[in-house]
Amino acid sequence: MATPLSAAVRLCCLMAALALSSMAVRADEPPPFSPPGSFTDMGHFAHQDGATLFRAICQGCHMADAKGAVGAGYYPALAGNQKLASATYPALVVLKGRHGMPAFGDYLSDAQVVEVVNYVRSHFGNQYPDALTQAEVAKLR
Amino acid sequence: MRPVQNPLAISRRDLLRKIGVSAGAAMMYQAMSTLGFARESDYRGPIELSGAPKGTSILILGAGMAGLVAAYELRRAGYTVKVLEYNHRAGGRAWTLRGGDEYTELGGARQKCEFDPGLYVNPGPWRIPYHHHAMLDYARRLKVPLEPFNELNFNAYLHSSKAFDGKPQRYRHIYADYHGHVAELLSKAVNKGQLDTELTAEDKEKLLESLRVFGVLDKDYRYTKSFATSESRGYDSERGAGQMPPPALSTPIARDALLKSGLANYLVTPFDYDLTPSMFQPVGGMDQIAMALYRDVAALVEFDAKVTAIDQDERGVSVTYVDARRGGEPKHARADWCLCTIPLSILSEIPVKVGEPMLAAIQSAPYEASVKFGLQFKRRFWEEDERIYGGISYTDLPIQMIGYPMAGMNQGGKGVLLGGYVWGTNAYEFTSMTPEQRIRKAVELGAQIHPQYPAEYENGVVVSWHRSPFTQGCFANWSDDARGKHYENLCQIDGRIALAGEHASRLPAWQEGAVLSSLDTIGRMHKKIVATA
Repeated sequence: MATPLSAAVRLCCLMAALALSSMAVRADEPPPFSPPGSFTDMGHFAHQDGATLFRAICQGCHMADAKGAVGAGYYPALAGNQKLASATYPALVVLKGRHGMPAFGDYLSDAQVVEVVNYVRSHFGNQYPDALTQAEVAKLR
Repeated sequence: MRPVQNPLAISRRDLLRKIGVSAGAAMMYQAMSTLGFARESDYRGPIELSGAPKGTSILILGAGMAGLVAAYELRRAGYTVKVLEYNHRAGGRAWTLRGGDEYTELGGARQKCEFDPGLYVNPGPWRIPYHHHAMLDYARRLKVPLEPFNELNFNAYLHSSKAFDGKPQRYRHIYADYHGHVAELLSKAVNKGQLDTELTAEDKEKLLESLRVFGVLDKDYRYTKSFATSESRGYDSERGAGQMPPPALSTPIARDALLKSGLANYLVTPFDYDLTPSMFQPVGGMDQIAMALYRDVAALVEFDAKVTAIDQDERGVSVTYVDARRGGEPKHARADWCLCTIPLSILSEIPVKVGEPMLAAIQSAPYEASVKFGLQFKRRFWEEDERIYGGISYTDLPIQMIGYPMAGMNQGGKGVLLGGYVWGTNAYEFTSMTPEQRIRKAVELGAQIHPQYPAEYENGVVVSWHRSPFTQGCFANWSDDARGKHYENLCQIDGRIALAGEHASRLPAWQEGAVLSSLDTIGRMHKKIVATA
């Protein structure tokens, strides 16, 4: 279900994107927050580009090197993960969640899902040339 | 404790979204608890398990509240009990961090808590409502002393970074002024006859009379600066004695500024059924109830046991596990029956021999993100400078809350604040940082509410629940849809295996849910054992 971002959040996104484009993104750099705005729109991530979305969301569990982690259970590695061969699979997992992983469909726009899936599928040792499109994401919702 | 997305009825989801939009994560989370879940505890006194067949063994997986309660009760009933626990401690999420404690999160970042003696933070549950009868009963039976937890503090802050130039407002000001302005507006409408189709003449009279009291209005139904409103919202300078100067009356916040701020949307938070007085906390830390249970069953518990497979046949259950710290050869534990309290986030990644319906249930619960900070300060400036004793301030900043310690109030010395309790998108963003980055950010943000932060801050710890090696999340945030489909299957006894924990309750994230789930399940398991003996 696509949820249009409010004008205020769009503006914040734009500002965040502008701020980011002017700086080198380092792996150890703290991710910027979604607009401090529980009041306006607490339910959306501000960032628009795949690298920043990965750093703000995915690396919390899958880790900065995308190699996952092992404790009593485990978070799967996204690095070199053959399950990413079809772009539909990671798109579905992001939208709907899987096992303990929450669904992000309500948190992210189609464009953001495209960005983050394409980023993961083209980094961390993954080299899948085909790109996910917004139309495909819209269909999967 | 239950946040964001629960799609079942569109209307419910939309309602939650509206609440979220207008009032933020904290409110959203409060609302979830009232909309979908039956909150009342079903506890009916200590469980009676009589006639346990001699020599029957039960293996319990997990030594959190659910596992400990089961071990405590089943052993008393005469069963042979063994408990396997992944951590090197008991309690699970019923956990308190004190000076000297170490915690390594997933990804390997290690923190050492440097709090002074007597200071602590509860990174998991931190409060017990009066209607959580089972928790209160165990505290009483195990002689764990409790003290009040005051959720609502009229002198704590409500803060919006976008209103009043970012200056935090006292809860009592927002509370009194919102009621005053609403009462004034409503009485205006009544007096202009705008509600004549709704109200009889007598209704109008009664309503006006109550509005005047409720909103502290003057004889003309106006909410203004006066002795009466200062008696309600507080004075600008306090009342003294003798030749001390008279008190300065305070000025209510203008209606438009108050409405624009959105701060009134926070007012209802402490009035959620789960958060209203009386609430309690164990003296010395939330782990005290779990520790009292643990002391009774310590000899039965094996720590550092990482379960890798759960198998069963018609004769019994076999669990494979490895030493979580040293590794080595897999070990096996056999028993006649098994009560598994492992969080579903973990269990869904372990081979379990149960039927398809229960397996599907195990794989259907998303675990929520949440982050909690404990920050130690050189002095209790919130008490000394700002007269905030316990309670919580709410903010639209990513830290979302600042909780003030209920213990040691007005004793001076150092103190530990709950420097943030974070849900939703901000919780993911905090989790994606290193612990040092998270704490730096929490101190930086908290300084917008308490400017004393930078000068007084000493040390801190942070727990991001998605990085917790033993839960991979905060709690099972069932959607109504998934609960409808899977809950019954989750709560069955599948052959010789049954599950328990907050995830198998209608009080998700609360210890009461874990305890009730445990009692309900062992009661049914006991019946089945007795019937088939």
